[in-house]
Amino acid sequence: MSTQYNVIGTRPIRHDGADKVTGRALYGADIQLAGLLHGAILRSPHAHARIKRIDTSKAEALAGVKAVATAADLPESGEKIVDLGEGATPLSYIRGNVLASGKALYRGHAIAGVAATSQHIAEEAAGLIEVEYEVLPCALTAPDAMRDGAPILHEDLHTKEFGETTGKVSNVADHFRFQIGNAEQGFEEADLIVEREFHTATVHQGYIEPQNATVLWNNDGRVQVWTSTQGSFAVRDTTACILDLPVAQVKVTPMEIGGGFGGKIPVYLEPVAAVLSKKSGRPVKIVMSRKDVFEGTGPTPGSFIRVKIGAKRDGTFTAAQGYLAYEAGAYPGAMVGPGAMCVFAAYDIPNVTVDGFDVVVNKPSTAAYRAPGATNAAFATETVVDEIAEKLGIDPVDLRLKNAAKEGTKRADGPKYRRIGCVEVLEAIKASAHYNAPLGGPNRGRGVGIGFWFNAGLPSSCTISVNADGSVNLVEGSTDIGGTRTSIAMQAAEVLGITAEQVHPSVVDTDSVGFTGVTGGSRTTFATGWAAYEAAQDVMRQMKERAAKLWETDASEVKAEGGVFSANGKRMTFAELAARIGETGGPIVGRGAVNPRGVGGSFSGVIADVEVDPETGKTQIVRFTSIQDVGKAIHPAYVEGQMQGGSVQGIGWALNEEYYMDESGTMRNSSLLDYRMPTTLDLPMIETIIVEVPNPGHPFGVRGVGEANIVPPPGAIANAIYRAAGVRLRTLPMKPSTVMEAIWAK
Amino acid sequence: MKWFDYQAPRTVGEAVEAMTLHPTARALAGGTDLLVQMRAGRRTPDLIVDIKKIPELNELRYEPGAGLTLGAAVPCYRIYNDAAVSRAYPSLAEVANIIGGTQIQGRASIGGNLCNAAPSADAIPLLIALGATCRVTGPNGERTMAVSDFCTAPGQNSLEAGELLVSIHLPETPAGGGARYLRFIPRNEMDIAVAGAGVAVVLENGHIQSARIALSAVAPTPLPVDASALAGLAPDEGALRKAGEIAAAAAKPITDMRGTADYRRHLCSVLTRRALASAIAAAKETK
Repeated sequence: MSTQYNVIGTRPIRHDGADKVTGRALYGADIQLAGLLHGAILRSPHAHARIKRIDTSKAEALAGVKAVATAADLPESGEKIVDLGEGATPLSYIRGNVLASGKALYRGHAIAGVAATSQHIAEEAAGLIEVEYEVLPCALTAPDAMRDGAPILHEDLHTKEFGETTGKVSNVADHFRFQIGNAEQGFEEADLIVEREFHTATVHQGYIEPQNATVLWNNDGRVQVWTSTQGSFAVRDTTACILDLPVAQVKVTPMEIGGGFGGKIPVYLEPVAAVLSKKSGRPVKIVMSRKDVFEGTGPTPGSFIRVKIGAKRDGTFTAAQGYLAYEAGAYPGAMVGPGAMCVFAAYDIPNVTVDGFDVVVNKPSTAAYRAPGATNAAFATETVVDEIAEKLGIDPVDLRLKNAAKEGTKRADGPKYRRIGCVEVLEAIKASAHYNAPLGGPNRGRGVGIGFWFNAGLPSSCTISVNADGSVNLVEGSTDIGGTRTSIAMQAAEVLGITAEQVHPSVVDTDSVGFTGVTGGSRTTFATGWAAYEAAQDVMRQMKERAAKLWETDASEVKAEGGVFSANGKRMTFAELAARIGETGGPIVGRGAVNPRGVGGSFSGVIADVEVDPETGKTQIVRFTSIQDVGKAIHPAYVEGQMQGGSVQGIGWALNEEYYMDESGTMRNSSLLDYRMPTTLDLPMIETIIVEVPNPGHPFGVRGVGEANIVPPPGAIANAIYRAAGVRLRTLPMKPSTVMEAIWAK
Repeated sequence: MKWFDYQAPRTVGEAVEAMTLHPTARALAGGTDLLVQMRAGRRTPDLIVDIKKIPELNELRYEPGAGLTLGAAVPCYRIYNDAAVSRAYPSLAEVANIIGGTQIQGRASIGGNLCNAAPSADAIPLLIALGATCRVTGPNGERTMAVSDFCTAPGQNSLEAGELLVSIHLPETPAGGGARYLRFIPRNEMDIAVAGAGVAVVLENGHIQSARIALSAVAPTPLPVDASALAGLAPDEGALRKAGEIAAAAAKPITDMRGTADYRRHLCSVLTRRALASAIAAAKETK
């Protein structure tokens, strides 16, 4: 059954398009205020060091310097726990990451901030701050940090094991286990068992716009923040918490955002700029350099993973076991939980055990990155599944279809799936022109892979007010990263019976809209779209009352269809009725405030064709198709854009991206030149196949589309490289030298 | 970035005078290396001497028989947009087209690539292979030197205090001559060479009359390789293999974020072989 829509499924031009393509859109770095000071951050040159002494006197004495801030300027927090919708975190960790106190835990850890009348003076002053360090040995990878005798990052971090505190001091913050059935018994039933180990490097989201923040600590005690963030309320609440202020004493204006991918949820600069503003009495702007972004913000964890899968001769999976050790960076929270939930999430396996380890290391504190934790895990699983298919002589898509998760499948971490589209994604791969096309040349290979992401709900708020010209103004609080102003406006337009262009959406500050969670978890079109749906329903209810008043009938008699109200043979368009709301009772404002359940998980698949130069080991992506169950594509062009974007990031992660660390914990490639994200010249046009298995939990069937698409690419590309060059790679990135070394070792 | 002064002289003499008075002064052509180094705090000149307004440094002149004069400040795009230059030195036009992206090529110069003296510089191995020389002017007058002698260490060249690179000279391509520079980069563009090989060859009577090879990113400076062993060989698979072996043996690579020493040595062999094959094909066309 497919519902007929007027607006949903069409491709209108985005509301912010003109501003974006003409350069008029305002980003955080564009902020100019009277008396504005410029800030700079002094960062630790050591990956692990005790801070013995900080002397800021020379910096303060430099002409033009108006304020200097260190951790000593932040209020003492005590043992507070903060939950910002991303899980509970001790405030001391969040604050400690903003400005180090006691120890620097990674190279790039912020030590002090300076505000001055120019950027150059601020930078010069930061260089005049004297810090005495006692350099300590560092632990840079999960296996290193887990070793007995490894340097300990936090003397007060006690390992939690299976939910219980052990009292043991180590770099393992948490060891947990998910279990269903009996894996040991399952492996006994298997005819074939494949067990492999994998290493993946730390990678960065690579958003184009560096972090920035401008803060004015006003004379009345209110703190105003302009920033680039995925969640204005998350910035408000974190900043207030660190500064020990009531939440609404902070007002956050989200500027346009040049990408986030999960990395613009944490707070880095705002509390520092706030303290500098309070001390100087002037607004302070801090903008990161690309080096700061690489060294001082949260990348996604590097990992060590072991995956073991058992199968019967006919391909039926009997058991699976996973061991996932993820590098949290300086503070606990490596997103290994979601990784462990996703590692076998695409398969229906009766006996599963997964062990997860959250390990602190001397690297930047990690942040979310597009389906955080899942890509590392799927790289391992999809490679092992491919090897099983090869050994059993079964087509890799057929093997996945045989074991695909479906409605009723129980995941190792507990939940049973409702209606999902894993099978439909695999069938779409099988039926695609790409999967059935010839490879077209020597040294080429084709690989497939699939992956899963949960998606999220979380609170969202929206108001819609009706204008006399028949248009409406829609006010919401979700930072627009991927065209969500439009995908939200379209859902309102569908309910109201008007066009997308007749909706004027605005993303506003935290004083001007109800609480709204972050733009993350692929939730914005799902949840804020739902809030807009509710607000539009509220408008329609009021509009019907007005029509009833004009027609002297009961509101229940008034019908609305396709933008036309009718009752007892009388008709009025939305615009005609809107023109008369003044005389029928005044303004109409609809509101929607939701905290939706009914989140629908998304499955994604990839077909990748590669060509490997056997003499250099360089892999070229020749053809690439992304397939995803999105539930319902509200704006198909933006859905395709998300699938292409996730694919490209997955390709970069697979082939060249990595934090290349030296022994002292210094990232040697902290520039976009050497970090090597793919450019347009490295990629074919990414083909897309949208699969729509409506989510029964959403009014329009939306699942969310932003994340699942990054999960399968590294596994699919590894499988393609195997077919092209005959080598199985189990390390990311699969850079040319790594491929070449594998060819030499063959 | 620290404060600095800026001058834009109109003559070589004025530029030399300014550079002589300020020992930490740096010449600015396109600035595509210098500005990045200043922003990173790696260079802190107290004076920037903008050489783009000096006519001599903007000269791009090809005279059949005499060769090419390439002013030190001529941006890359002028080289590959010049039909006569591109015809006479297709390998140079190609190199001008792989340094940076389109915007960078609007500013970056081959002279700057040489003066910056990066071990990975893309233009230098080709210039060495083509037998290029450079004209330098300073407080003590003018001198000429081979490009192969110009670089002394990573980021360092043989310019004395107050000296300025004025121009680079390429001899006329001999009959039966062909050249090619190939680099290996993990991406397809916008990347720094992991290794590179510039090769020039002259064919005579169906044999290699002479060959020159220089490598990038496998030594502290762009590295000239003694290729005299190739002279007299037939331009076949055996000569290609031999060239690869010579290059790999000459390379002195290190392991860093861009590649391991073993991998780089291997690439020298692959790239030299491929570049020589391509240069031979080009040479056969120029006959």
